Amino acid sequence: MHEAMIAQNLFAAISDEAAKQDAKPTGAKISCGKLYAINDEALCFAFEAIAKGTTCEGMKLEIEHKPIQGQCRNCSQNFEVEFSHPRCPECDSEDFELLPDAPLVLEEIEFVNIQAE
Amino acid sequence: MQKVDVGKKILSANEQYALKNSRFLTEKKKLCLNMISSPGSGKTTILTRTISELRDKIKIGVIEGDIQTDIDAEKIRATEAPVVQINTEGTCHLSAAQVSAALEKLPVDALDLIFIENVGNLVCPSAFELGEAGKIVVLSVTEGDDKPAKYPAIFAKSKVLLINKIDLSGAGLHVDFNIKRVQIDARKLNKDIEIFPVSAKTGAGFVDWCKWLIKSVKSLRCD
Repeated sequence: MHEAMIAQNLFAAISDEAAKQDAKPTGAKISCGKLYAINDEALCFAFEAIAKGTTCEGMKLEIEHKPIQGQCRNCSQNFEVEFSHPRCPECDSEDFELLPDAPLVLEEIEFVNIQAE
Repeated sequence: MQKVDVGKKILSANEQYALKNSRFLTEKKKLCLNMISSPGSGKTTILTRTISELRDKIKIGVIEGDIQTDIDAEKIRATEAPVVQINTEGTCHLSAAQVSAALEKLPVDALDLIFIENVGNLVCPSAFELGEAGKIVVLSVTEGDDKPAKYPAIFAKSKVLLINKIDLSGAGLHVDFNIKRVQIDARKLNKDIEIFPVSAKTGAGFVDWCKWLIKSVKSLRCD
């Protein structure tokens, strides 16, 4: 349910950009680390509710979930952590450090009718 | 149709407040721990018992997060520890801005340790940094021993795992709970996690948990 707050922040960022571009946004790409535990459906539902009656209404959101990164303490290898099988693929060690999750980023917005500058 | 690259961090407002809180607490050398669990795992009872046990050793303050009511803050207030209640009015987690405002209301200078009791929820709060030095995840035996496997993120991110209500499980008791399984699963996700099996009701396990708190407060003072 934290998706509601994220949707609100996302809506504010997209609205800002839409005002700057003086155009209607139709879609956006977002990326975030898996530890944000974002449920796509919940995020889209919340966004739709917030965007209703605004220039953002009807936007399509595309969410890319970036893998969790770990660093092996045995061989220093960086690798993608699978929580179902958390171990280094290189040396099979279970001793690893969880690296910071990829941030939540508004990557790209799609607009219609942008005015040429 | 035209695409515009934005590349803007979305939680950045929360991150800025988290950084502000973290700087404030580091400067003042106050230990701040963010307690996260499902509803009903016993966070508040753990806190009231911890406050009582450490009464003469360290000064504890509490920021209480709940969707509604100040029932938990009242329980903390009864221990005479300073407490600030935040009501999120429906939101499932605390934000760093709310914690920042609460810190202004606490007598921080007179404290050694500040607990943030997050809203009862094992998923959402783990995505919101509050500026704390570490997260404490509480799992009570009645919730089942499969939780680290099912909700890995919070166990991977936490400094400490408190396994609560251990007085309810064991041979011939009410709850089947394989404590070894939890320890193994949690350490698989997080080799460094400190695990303390406790009962906030009987006080079992509190000696080690309190020792860890005292050690952590002291090491912060000497840094």
